[in-house]
Amino acid sequence: MKEIIDIAVIGGGPAGLAAALEARKNAPDKSVLIIERDKELGGILQQCIHNGFGLHFFGEELTGPEYAGRFIAQLEGTGIEVMTDTMVLELSNDRRILAVSAKHGLVEIEAGAVILAMGCRERTRGALNIPGTRPAGVYTAGCAQRLVNMEGFMPGRRVVILGSGDIGLIMARRMTWEGAKVEVVAEIMPYSSGLNRNIVQCLVDNGIPLKFNHTVTNILGRERVEGVTIAEVDPATRQPIPGTEITYECDTLLLSVGLIPENELTQAAGIELDRVTSGAVVDENRQTSIPGVFACGNVLHVHDLVDNVSAEAMLAGRAAATYVSGQAQAAEYRSVSGRNGVRYTVPQRVSKSAEGKQDIYFRVGSAYRPATLLVKCGDETILTRKKQIMTPGEMEKISIDAAKITGDITLEIEEAKAQ
Amino acid sequence: MKTMEMTCIRCPMGCRLTVAQDGDSFTVTGNTCRRGEEYGIQEMRCPMRTVTSSVRVEGGRRPVCSVKTAENVKKADIPAVLEAIRALKATAPITIGDVLCPNVAGTGVDLVATAND
Repeated sequence: MKEIIDIAVIGGGPAGLAAALEARKNAPDKSVLIIERDKELGGILQQCIHNGFGLHFFGEELTGPEYAGRFIAQLEGTGIEVMTDTMVLELSNDRRILAVSAKHGLVEIEAGAVILAMGCRERTRGALNIPGTRPAGVYTAGCAQRLVNMEGFMPGRRVVILGSGDIGLIMARRMTWEGAKVEVVAEIMPYSSGLNRNIVQCLVDNGIPLKFNHTVTNILGRERVEGVTIAEVDPATRQPIPGTEITYECDTLLLSVGLIPENELTQAAGIELDRVTSGAVVDENRQTSIPGVFACGNVLHVHDLVDNVSAEAMLAGRAAATYVSGQAQAAEYRSVSGRNGVRYTVPQRVSKSAEGKQDIYFRVGSAYRPATLLVKCGDETILTRKKQIMTPGEMEKISIDAAKITGDITLEIEEAKAQ
Repeated sequence: MKTMEMTCIRCPMGCRLTVAQDGDSFTVTGNTCRRGEEYGIQEMRCPMRTVTSSVRVEGGRRPVCSVKTAENVKKADIPAVLEAIRALKATAPITIGDVLCPNVAGTGVDLVATAND
């Protein structure tokens, strides 16, 4: 099967949905197609049954399926085409997509513009080199989340969680509420990468201890996990300190140890990637190094709030609509980058023709409280912003007036001087 | 006078609050908005939570359907709400917003579906 589509969106999660809707709105005479590998739209939101989504975007707290449901309902009557159960195998640098599905077989799609919205996946045990045996009962937190919330299946009864990422925290509460005993959450860093509200409502509320500067040093059991040993680490080297080991009897270890943007398609297409975000390098319209190919959501950089994903996806959708309408111009760019504590920025460049307020999203490398964010254009500081607290777990945003961007931009942290 | 330290969770800011109670009067410090003050007083007086979970479904695409309490319930009532949810069995078709259990566990709050099944 061969198809010619104006705007093809790869991924039908929150990013893909918002991007497709916004593209269609801005180019009503252009065809828009969403390609989704799962059986239904909504992506990871469908298994995130907890609430807290949509406070910024909808002004109310929704659960994940409800948040997804709002966007899915908006598709009706728009003429946006949807292919579910369809896996994209390849994207070429001239925007040809090769996909496969049981229903359609091999599908070749020629797209005027492509929006990458493939999301991210979890780091697994293999990425951590945890010693010990290889029993059943070691799951990523997101895998356990899908089993409990969508398949109706409890993966274990006594649980240790490694990593205090949001999914791990959410699953600590979820497993507790389903009758499991969560012994401890071990975090190798001296801070959590999860949101405060999750630490409070998932751990503090349920009396689950969170141990910073701790990691798993052994997994016990042959057929099934029988125990997990954790030890304190030296904060400087993050190496386990001998003699601090504690073994917890348990049948399950959940891993919440980071998310990786899923960029195999992007990389194979020859799109320039950012080594820090593991996502594409993009401009203020979320256009990648290949004109007409845009990226948004967790495939671009891992977000902590879906509201930000939707907002970012709308930028990409609007820009894709402009691109297929033939109004896009070849751009010259100013670079945007982080240093002195600012790990990365998105976008990584802003076109010289950009107008109005430019929102730059960034993450810091460690916790600062308080500190000042400096925005520099060359040697000149064009903007300063005092922050009471900045932590690696919460994405920050700063708006810069495009008129002030007369050269390359750097964001950096100036720590408050000790009194 | 009683004081309590807590992290505000009304928004991703996560302000560190100190709530002081003197009889019926509450003083909240460390907040950056009015919602923070409200949260601090509420947490001191009577903490409230939304409960999200899933119920068994018959005849649906999936074996379970996600649910939530339509409004916050008292934190102290959570175990009773969870027990009621565990005992519940729903029948497909289910639409987002359907009341699957009115006045769940006597809280005065309805349990509603958050997914279609």
